[in-house]
Amino acid sequence: MAAEAIVVDQVSKRFNLRHTRSLKETVVWLFKGRRGDLSSTFMALDGVDVTVDVGESVALLGYNGSGKSTLLKLISGVMSTDTGSVKTRGKVAGLIEVGAGFHPDLTGRENVFLNGVLLGMTEKETEARFDEIVEFSEIGKFIDTEVKFYSSGMFLRLAFSVAVHTKPDVFLIDEILSVGDEPFQKKCLARIQELRESGCTLVVVSHDLDMVSKVCDRGVVLRQGKKVADGPISEAVRLLREG
Amino acid sequence: MSAELLAAPDKGGGLLDVLRRRELLRLIVRKELKVRYRSSVLGLLWSYVKPGVQFIVFYFALGVFLGLNKQPNFVIYMFSGIILVNFFSEAFSNATRSVVANGALVKKIFLPRELFPVASVWVAVVHFLPQFLILLTACFFFGWSPSIVQIIGAVGAFVIVALLSLGLGLLFAAANVMFRDSENIVDLMLMMATWLSPVLYAWYLVRDTLGETFYFFYQLNPMTIAVELFHFAFWAPTAAVRTAAEGARMPDNLISLWLPVGLLISAVILAIGQTVFRRLEGRFAQEL
Repeated sequence: MAAEAIVVDQVSKRFNLRHTRSLKETVVWLFKGRRGDLSSTFMALDGVDVTVDVGESVALLGYNGSGKSTLLKLISGVMSTDTGSVKTRGKVAGLIEVGAGFHPDLTGRENVFLNGVLLGMTEKETEARFDEIVEFSEIGKFIDTEVKFYSSGMFLRLAFSVAVHTKPDVFLIDEILSVGDEPFQKKCLARIQELRESGCTLVVVSHDLDMVSKVCDRGVVLRQGKKVADGPISEAVRLLREG
Repeated sequence: MSAELLAAPDKGGGLLDVLRRRELLRLIVRKELKVRYRSSVLGLLWSYVKPGVQFIVFYFALGVFLGLNKQPNFVIYMFSGIILVNFFSEAFSNATRSVVANGALVKKIFLPRELFPVASVWVAVVHFLPQFLILLTACFFFGWSPSIVQIIGAVGAFVIVALLSLGLGLLFAAANVMFRDSENIVDLMLMMATWLSPVLYAWYLVRDTLGETFYFFYQLNPMTIAVELFHFAFWAPTAAVRTAAEGARMPDNLISLWLPVGLLISAVILAIGQTVFRRLEGRFAQEL
């Protein structure tokens, strides 16, 4: 069955770079007869079409500023499109940035619950997976310590652990597999493979071409907001390496 | 899972979405409460110390020096108004700041953004309740015997303030994402809030001094209606007021006319706030 999990249809996104954030300057500008520009724009995405089937794992590749992260944000719903449409099926969980919902003044345990629910689980589900989450993160006895006392590695491990245990239908990953030391990275990759085998749809944004070659079977290459290639991961990686 | 239909991810149902994610709302409220008083010795007590000191200042300045204490049970009169205005101030100002303060989440995780202003109002309710209990205790001490209508008035007043602060909070929270000036505008509005309602003086002074027309517009302020309703519910039924020669002077038609008017105006402001919020919501992630 090849049902679509994500349909991105002719999507464009223009960013307004506003030069002021104060009402006074805007009013002054209005009174001066709107001389000069208060803002300039640039196209982050320009008519992009991507369809991802259920169970596929797709890498979004491209250089910095090519619009990968913007596309991921549009899919997760954090941003809305200017033109075109984005549609998704099932529960989408975004790892747009690890630990976004973590609060430094709460303990590890409180953060696990807050983030589990933030990422779309119920409190009961979080409760049920709590031990698994803690075990995976290797945080151990520090779980009841406030997160601000964690080392950056511990923090990221716990955040990642919560995210990969949410069991979404569509999993969006932005440059997060560079978490922790090598053994933990391996564990993360194994966990992602597991999710993939269980039928979860993956969309990965990363600059680590070796890693995406292992995790994804398809690659979409973006350049300055336009889709320039869409095919097997090996070809996409080669295209990117050759420039 | 593929039984589910393809749908746009930003299918914002506005405040209804917040109802659907009550669990998350509760966790955010708990977080706000915990974080607010982190590493402070007095903790939640601070939310009593501040209104307490404010109350003492008003009591001496107005009650003792300006002689307002000659009115029967002026303490109850003043306190019932103050806690309502405090509730409004906290809910409104925190709701205004809530979206910007939670910018990290708004930018990275998709969730109904109305959660943050709603959570702020909820937190304000948590702080309001203990103050309200103090008021109730004081009322019993002063021989309080309210009628059903007066209780309904009090509930109505609470609903008016909750709707109003949420509506204004949504409106200014959205505006605050675009222009940080709105925080200062809100501070100005709150500075006036205590004085634009009959918290520290009697409503008929406004009518007698400035005339019926001005009084009509004064009375359209939902906060004015709510404060008067609280006076009606908590101050009027205390013993000294009931036995006083002039009794409790309340505006005409407070329950039959002004209560519904206050509810209506607050509901309209909530609708406007929600509409503006939803219109601007799509730009939050890129503006923050």
